[in-house]
Amino acid sequence: MSPRCSWLYRLPGRALLGGIRTLPTTRCPGLHRSLTSSAHPPQICIVGSGPAGFYTAQHLLRHHTQAVVDIYEKLPVPFGLVRFGVAPDHPEVKNVINTFTQTAHSERCTFLGNVTVGRDVTIEELQTAYHAVVLSYGAEDKRLLGIPGENLPGVYSARDFVGWYNGLPDNRHLSPDFSAETAVILGQGNVALDIARILLSPIDLLKKTDITQTALDALSNSRIRKVWLVGRRGPLQVAFTIKELREMIILPGTRPANNPSDYQNLGDFIKDLPRPRKRLTELLVKAALEKPGEKEALRRSQSDREWGLRFLRSPVAVLPSEDGKKAAGIRLSVTRLEGNGENAVAVPTGETEDIPCGLILSSIGYKSVPISSSVPFLHKNGIIPNSMGRVQDAPGLYCSGWVKRGPTGVIATTMTDSFDTAQSLLEDIKSGALNYSENRLGASAIRELLLLRGIQPVSFSDWEKIDAVEAARGAEVGKPREKILDPEEMLQLVCR
Amino acid sequence: MAAAARLLVTSRCLLAGSRAWYSGGQRIRSWLEQRAARLYSSEGKVTVKFVNRDGSTIVTEGKVGESLLDLVVEKNLDIDGFGACEGTLACSTCHLIFEDHIFEKLESVTDEEMDMLDLAYGLSETSRLGCQICLQPFMNGMTVKVPESVADVRQAVDMGKNS
Ligand SMILES: Cc1cc2nc3c(=O)[nH]c(=O)nc-3n(C[C@H](O)[C@H](O)[C@H](O)COP(=O)(O)OP(=O)(O)OC[C@H]3O[C@@H](n4cnc5c(N)ncnc54)[C@H](O)[C@@H]3O)c2cc1C
Ligand SMILES: NC(=O)c1ccc[n+]([C@@H]2O[C@H](COP(=O)([O-])OP(=O)(O)OC[C@H]3O[C@@H](n4cnc5c(N)ncnc54)[C@H](OP(=O)(O)O)[C@@H]3O)[C@@H](O)[C@H]2O)c1
Ligand code: FES
Repeated sequence: MSPRCSWLYRLPGRALLGGIRTLPTTRCPGLHRSLTSSAHPPQICIVGSGPAGFYTAQHLLRHHTQAVVDIYEKLPVPFGLVRFGVAPDHPEVKNVINTFTQTAHSERCTFLGNVTVGRDVTIEELQTAYHAVVLSYGAEDKRLLGIPGENLPGVYSARDFVGWYNGLPDNRHLSPDFSAETAVILGQGNVALDIARILLSPIDLLKKTDITQTALDALSNSRIRKVWLVGRRGPLQVAFTIKELREMIILPGTRPANNPSDYQNLGDFIKDLPRPRKRLTELLVKAALEKPGEKEALRRSQSDREWGLRFLRSPVAVLPSEDGKKAAGIRLSVTRLEGNGENAVAVPTGETEDIPCGLILSSIGYKSVPISSSVPFLHKNGIIPNSMGRVQDAPGLYCSGWVKRGPTGVIATTMTDSFDTAQSLLEDIKSGALNYSENRLGASAIRELLLLRGIQPVSFSDWEKIDAVEAARGAEVGKPREKILDPEEMLQLVCR
Repeated sequence: MAAAARLLVTSRCLLAGSRAWYSGGQRIRSWLEQRAARLYSSEGKVTVKFVNRDGSTIVTEGKVGESLLDLVVEKNLDIDGFGACEGTLACSTCHLIFEDHIFEKLESVTDEEMDMLDLAYGLSETSRLGCQICLQPFMNGMTVKVPESVADVRQAVDMGKNS
């Protein structure tokens, strides 16, 4: 048995079935399910097929021998930010897709793509068809800067820009302007570093990734040579992690351009920091202050692109070009810190500084949106109010992932919190708090509704057809895949 | 870059490293596996005791040279979410805590492994990533502990900030 298939066989129920998959689950789910369970199984649906959706499903399927878990996804393709967020030059992060695929292959799991919950089918309809509904629909929107000029051409949100280079259908026409020499990224998180890498990486490296051809063509003609990453707080408050910083420091063809004075007085603080922050700060200091070895010095001198971190600068306005038609710079308010450590707050000093630039990327975070007026939502924090994944005052409703916690945390964090939510649901089944004695029709009821509404759900085997076409197109040009950008084209492929 | 990290993994642990090559090509992978199998098949077995999150224990036996991640995967050990990135140093879900006397004898830790360990929840003085540790005869009979949760530290900080 290949090691990659192993945990699949740990799914209760799957083991009994061995490798025989006679019934395509997506076509006649009811028939098969009635064979595996005696009473009515708990019918659970999950909204969203990112890491939160798949890890919640995985835990439910592993720890309940009969539960049926259907995953609804707005796009025709699964995996959420693993496909549309994770940087193309980080293929190893996308290995989680193998585990998700095994979950989707479980006889008790059905993927229904191309179904936007809240539009094509309502939460109330899902609640009628299922015993429990888990909301795992992520953080689809972006935080806004709320400053004058934010809407000028030349200013893009990280969300849209990342969506563009990763083939998110909504962002395929973005066409960012790479005609200037300097780009400014606002924010100092891992997304900001992802973007800096994409802007500065040698094109030959990107060519071997699954970045879209459109992005590759545009980046091949890019004139961007300098990227500033601007933070409103100091070097001790950067939000990115050390692995990503290390990668940036050694990025071929680029050299770091940091201001030594930003780092000179950090020595005293470093020793008392917790280990992760300590090592991160040490690396920042080393990159800025330590004289590079001969080889590294040579590499840096031969690099024609550079990047640097700017601290204690908070954006106040985008400066328009003379004709007012596009961005030509950014005005930053100089700040100082009140308090220290992680909780230090940036306050304006009254001084400002202008940086001329033709490209501005606002990478200050993602944001979740309410899905229905019937689901409670905390606008201030951008999350669904919940306790251990149980939606507040809404029995039978659960949530996991970024919509539960807010838009921070790596896939491993999302995994843990999704397991927690699944655990709460399982406890409720066990305690009787979640009653499933009454039969629910699950996917078959929803399919009927969708049929009436002219919506064609995409099954997991349909996705595998799309996947195969993308992989084949990629192979022709030496890439792991060439993503299809137009959802219509995806749907045509599966209708054949 | 990522590719460099992958190379590093491969050179540290033949079998574990081979996992990192999935994207690189099946041919290289099977070559590595065959080579590793030839190298180690004649040598002994190593018994390892895992203490799971809920305190339960699992005793299992692995081959010298394979990584602790390989062992978990091949023996289907019931450890939720272990090895999400399949041994490519990109997740920290394979975090394990070792006994002092074993920890001292482990091969030295690379910066790349430390970077991922920094994101692991429940980091201890004797923590390592299971995908980077290959079984050696001296490990026979050792106990490794799965930390209670795999949430990353940055998140703990974020949550603190929000509240
Ligand atoms: C740019 C970027 C890069 C990242 N890189 C990494 C990385 O390298 N390593 C790492 O560990 N973590 C990374 N992360 C973090 C990681 O992606 C998140 O922790 C994780 O994706 C959150 O999972 P989620 O399922 O909550 O949300 P998502 O992944 O966003 O999934 C939500 C899903 O719900 C669907 N959906 C939304 N609305 C509806 C609706 N109305 N009906 C049906 N479906 C709907 C969406 O289409 C999407 O598929 C990155 C994040 C970003 C933004
Ligand atoms: N390789 C990876 O593992 C990887 C890659 C990408 C993303 N991710 C994860 O995905 C999550 C989201 O990443 P992210 O980069 O979007 O978010 P993030 O880590 O929260 O970073 C957001 C950045 O924006 C700044 N910011 C927020 N509001 C601002 C404002 N109004 N004005 C100026 N600056 C502002 C923050 O500064 P303050 O600190 O001052 O608020 C911070 O520097 C993170 O947990 C990240 O680790 C991981
Ligand atoms: S399995 Fe991901 S770091 Fe070890």
